[in-house]
Amino acid sequence: MIDMISMIAAIVLNGFRALRRDRGALILSFILPVAFFSIFAGIFGGMGGSSTPRVSVLVVDEDRSAVSGRLVQALLQEPSLDASTHPKPKKGGPVPPDYTAAGAETAVKQGEAPAALIIPKGFGAHPMALGPGGERATIRLLHDSSDPVAAQMVAGMLQKVAMTSLPDTMAQVGMRYFERASGGLTPEQRKSIEAAMSRIPASPNAAVRNGPAGDAGFVALDVRDVVGEKKQNSMISFYAAGIGVMFLLFTASAAGGSLLDESESGALDRILSSRVSMTTLLAGKMAYSALLASAQLTLMFLWGATVFHLDLFGHIPGFIVMTAVTSFAVAGFGMLLASVSHTRAQAGAISTLIILTMSAIGGSMFPRYFMPEAMQKVGLITINAWAIDGYTKVFWRDEPILQLAPQVGVLIGAGIVLFVIARRFARRWEYS
Amino acid sequence: MGLPWPKKMADVHMYVYHRCMAFAAPAIPLRIDSVVKRFGDLTAVSSVSLQVRERACLGLLGPNGAGKSTLIRAISGRVRLDAGSIRVFGEPAASAAARAALGWVPQELALYPLLTCRENLEAFGRYQGLRGKALHDGVAWCLEWAALADRAGATVKTLSGGMRRRLNMAAGLVHRPRMVLLDEPTVGVDPQSRNRIFDMVAELRNQGATVIYTTHYMEEAERLCDTIAIMDHGRIIAQGPKEELVEQSFGRRSDVLMRFAAAAGNAGAWATAHGGMMQAGDEGLAHFAVAQPTDIAALLDAAARDGLEVVDVVLRRPNLESVFLHLTGRDLRP
Repeated sequence: MIDMISMIAAIVLNGFRALRRDRGALILSFILPVAFFSIFAGIFGGMGGSSTPRVSVLVVDEDRSAVSGRLVQALLQEPSLDASTHPKPKKGGPVPPDYTAAGAETAVKQGEAPAALIIPKGFGAHPMALGPGGERATIRLLHDSSDPVAAQMVAGMLQKVAMTSLPDTMAQVGMRYFERASGGLTPEQRKSIEAAMSRIPASPNAAVRNGPAGDAGFVALDVRDVVGEKKQNSMISFYAAGIGVMFLLFTASAAGGSLLDESESGALDRILSSRVSMTTLLAGKMAYSALLASAQLTLMFLWGATVFHLDLFGHIPGFIVMTAVTSFAVAGFGMLLASVSHTRAQAGAISTLIILTMSAIGGSMFPRYFMPEAMQKVGLITINAWAIDGYTKVFWRDEPILQLAPQVGVLIGAGIVLFVIARRFARRWEYS
Repeated sequence: MGLPWPKKMADVHMYVYHRCMAFAAPAIPLRIDSVVKRFGDLTAVSSVSLQVRERACLGLLGPNGAGKSTLIRAISGRVRLDAGSIRVFGEPAASAAARAALGWVPQELALYPLLTCRENLEAFGRYQGLRGKALHDGVAWCLEWAALADRAGATVKTLSGGMRRRLNMAAGLVHRPRMVLLDEPTVGVDPQSRNRIFDMVAELRNQGATVIYTTHYMEEAERLCDTIAIMDHGRIIAQGPKEELVEQSFGRRSDVLMRFAAAAGNAGAWATAHGGMMQAGDEGLAHFAVAQPTDIAALLDAAARDGLEVVDVVLRRPNLESVFLHLTGRDLRP
């Protein structure tokens, strides 16, 4: 029995001794779980700050009445909304003019905000109604259906804000509804109600403002998807790009890993003893990897077009541009991964770690606009985020190719930088 | 043969120079001058100098860790030297001209396992700058030379060990180099394949190639090589034709192996007293060097006089293995 315990202890000790000398295993064992925990906690937990991310909404007041002004002010003060009536001023520049309805629609189409509220002329005269047939102005909610949560939230918050910011108006509307439904008030009743209404403040108190969101629908709302209204299936292009890029990264790391296979088999030595230089070899591997990635993306989008009615053939130029630059950047990533790894097994472990991390924060697993703002910014260090943004511009927002300049520039730049760093690391293979 | 047409203008002067030099004075295929290569504190190659003449076959021998592989890699331009120089047909080892003139066959099966024989040869031919007819001819020659023409469409992983070895050799020779480095080409193959490889090397020599052959099998070196260089601890400790090396190590003497009966407890002391030595790890076997075969009789008489029972005697002319063990010792190497 003692012998057995001693053997088990020796095995345990051997395990820890081996782990202590294996830096990669140590990182995988201890740092990786903490890193993943931090990432997901950051995405879902709001980085320790406010629990729910604020929804951006643009507000256009076409009525310019006292009532609409109070509603706009209340929307601007609503803590769960990030409402704005005009574009953000440039540093040191003057405050830009307020959004018009057309300007707000364009801004939503371009992805500056997921929703816009247009308060129409005449809203002040008929802000809300109770019961059927009540006359009321209709507020328009323009939204981008790629972010379905934002539209729901803005609609709900509008009702809440309307009730809490316009309590006097609501009471008047209620009285009129009661009068109509009950067949008329006696002069005493009317006098008594008006006295009570005079005590209702024109502005909401704090207790009311912080109350639960109303969903009674006092304010008429016309909800319109201004980005995806003509599209067959709104999220297909997002998932094709998001999932596509994630798997592309895995494929590129595997393609880059062929360098490690060749190194282990001795073929790399033989190749480098021929007239092929290390730069040529890396460039060749990267070209292969980029072509493979392009083929994969093409297949993915063709599948999306065939099965999910994605409008691929209406966006061919944008698709070609984004596929080319995404494949280039992803291939560069594969080269770097192979050149920093010493064995295929190590490359596999590192690639899984990095790709899952990049895909999580870069929006491949779920859209970045669901994440807190800080995480959205962090996501911009990933290839995934730039590729998905580019494909979204092409397939979702129908933007012209020139609008892809930031994504094209960043992805090409990333590919070049990754290749240069990979070349630097590959020097260890060149000579002994 | 050996020097491809220049692919760009920058290579033209090198091409012209090489061609002119070929007419002016034929350069020595391999000239190694005072080469030193260190890996940290370890000196893998220490002041090695060596020359190989045209059409020669040099056998490079040495125990594990002697520095052979580092030297071979240095010749193929894959090692940065700490001192000295290596020239292949007059060109620096890592230069494009040297690479074109050199065919390196590594000890490992450095092939693409998922490609066919033909595809592998085409790949390595292209890496050497071959295109079109030159590539086609080179591949065809290699398939014939390696007796793989009927398996040209088979993937590497479906080939036998011997076939893989032959393909591994062929992949280093698609560009028809003037000098060939063969690093233990017969490791792990059956006698039939080994004989085929010997024939392939002989054919290479017949066609005018200079060959450098490393091996641990002494009989291979004796059979194939006309010059031997023995390396140990990073140095060349002996160099020359086999007969010269035997002469230098043993003179005209022969080796006598004498086995004693198990009961002969004082055999070691007796052997030492009579100029012999016991073989390491074998308590009953002694080696003696004798000038004449008739000297065996005197040894047997002495043993009988001293009461030692001899059960077996062998007279052996020293061979390359004797020289190798004589020079490098019998201790196991890491």
